[in-house]
Amino acid sequence: MTTAYPRDSLKAHPPYLAPAYVSTRTRSPKRPLVILPHTLSELSGPVYGHDSVLENDSDLTKQHVGEPLGERIIVSGRVMDEDGRPISDTLIEIWQANAAGRYIHVVDQHPAPLDPNFTGAGRCVTDAEGRYKFTTIRPGAYPWLNHPNAWRPNHIHFSLFGPSFLTRLVTQMYFPGDPLIPLDPIACAVPEKDRERLIAKFDLETTVPEWALGYRFDFVLRGREHTPFEEPHDE
Amino acid sequence: MSETDIGDTGMTHAGQAGITPSQTVGPYFNIGLTPGDRYGFTALVGDDLVTEDTVGDVIRIEGRVIDGDGVPVPDAMVEIWQADGSGRYSGGAGVPPPNTTFKGFGRAECDLDGRYGFRTVKPGRVPGPEGKEQAPHVNVGVFARGILRRMFTRIYFAGESANNDDPILALVPAERRGTLIAQHDGTVDGMPRYVFDVRLQGEDETVFFEA
Repeated sequence: MTTAYPRDSLKAHPPYLAPAYVSTRTRSPKRPLVILPHTLSELSGPVYGHDSVLENDSDLTKQHVGEPLGERIIVSGRVMDEDGRPISDTLIEIWQANAAGRYIHVVDQHPAPLDPNFTGAGRCVTDAEGRYKFTTIRPGAYPWLNHPNAWRPNHIHFSLFGPSFLTRLVTQMYFPGDPLIPLDPIACAVPEKDRERLIAKFDLETTVPEWALGYRFDFVLRGREHTPFEEPHDE
Repeated sequence: MSETDIGDTGMTHAGQAGITPSQTVGPYFNIGLTPGDRYGFTALVGDDLVTEDTVGDVIRIEGRVIDGDGVPVPDAMVEIWQADGSGRYSGGAGVPPPNTTFKGFGRAECDLDGRYGFRTVKPGRVPGPEGKEQAPHVNVGVFARGILRRMFTRIYFAGESANNDDPILALVPAERRGTLIAQHDGTVDGMPRYVFDVRLQGEDETVFFEA
């Protein structure tokens, strides 16, 4: 079967059914997935370049008249494929709770204050080296109803495209040392050896003195095998 | 950090680290991904794919996302990726097909009844494996709270004779193929309406792919 991207890499993803995360129980497929060859439909993908994104879209602390409350942070890193090649000019979109752990979303009724100076949405496009950078505030933890006394660890949601429809990724970035991570059924749905790749590293180098703490978070998207995909092989 | 340092991923050399694992979009994705005009943050991608110079017959694709209890999913997001009416994908090298601004990508959030919809064009045939052509289809990603990893499916169109020898449909057990075929059901504002429900789990579970 024609395969351009190794399928083995997909083992790093969580399974569809992770019973401890209760809503997966009715939202996960029960029938076997059908293995799909990689055709032009999968190997092509949308492109949203630098023309789509405004300068301030990547600074979530400057989208309002005043500054948001909370601990100012800079999250930066690189997007690469699994062969270490940088993925340039690819769109990254983020969304997050405010410092009090509250989303601006209408469904979020957690009794923590909204911040009139914080929306919690941003985006940017990677540069030629696959680099990106967001300035934001550290999101707070918040309770959810999955199980008694359940709390989500601090996290930022990330959405990435990469070069094809197959490299599309939506994930969450966590913060180092957060005691809620091992208790979180969403983070823990990821195989243990791969979970660490969802946790940012504190980085003094990108910390700006007297201004903001730096965190580094790199992404690794699926990479195409070097062998030409036209060459069929049996699996 | 030097240009060659690939950072703190723990990689000793290229290929040693795995890919970044997927996580659910959660219930609040619309702040960033489908904001509409609610948050003062402008959407980059929407549910209308048709530009002035798009090649193809304009259609409406509508449906519902339904969970394993048969309950509509009000907090799902559907993304589509497709060729234009003459079978040309945009993207790749980053350029749209010749003479058109058609992007081929759309994003819609479900409403409280689990309904989503797109205004687009009916795609043309595109190349498939081993030199075979594929029947017209739309590539679909489904995201929601409770979905840890994008669910991946395709929309084919009822009444297409090309469906009979489509190389991908041929991989799907015959009794399940129907779940991938949108049914023609009247018109909306003069556009042919195709209905495609996504059943995440259960009796008529939609066929999902591992790609």
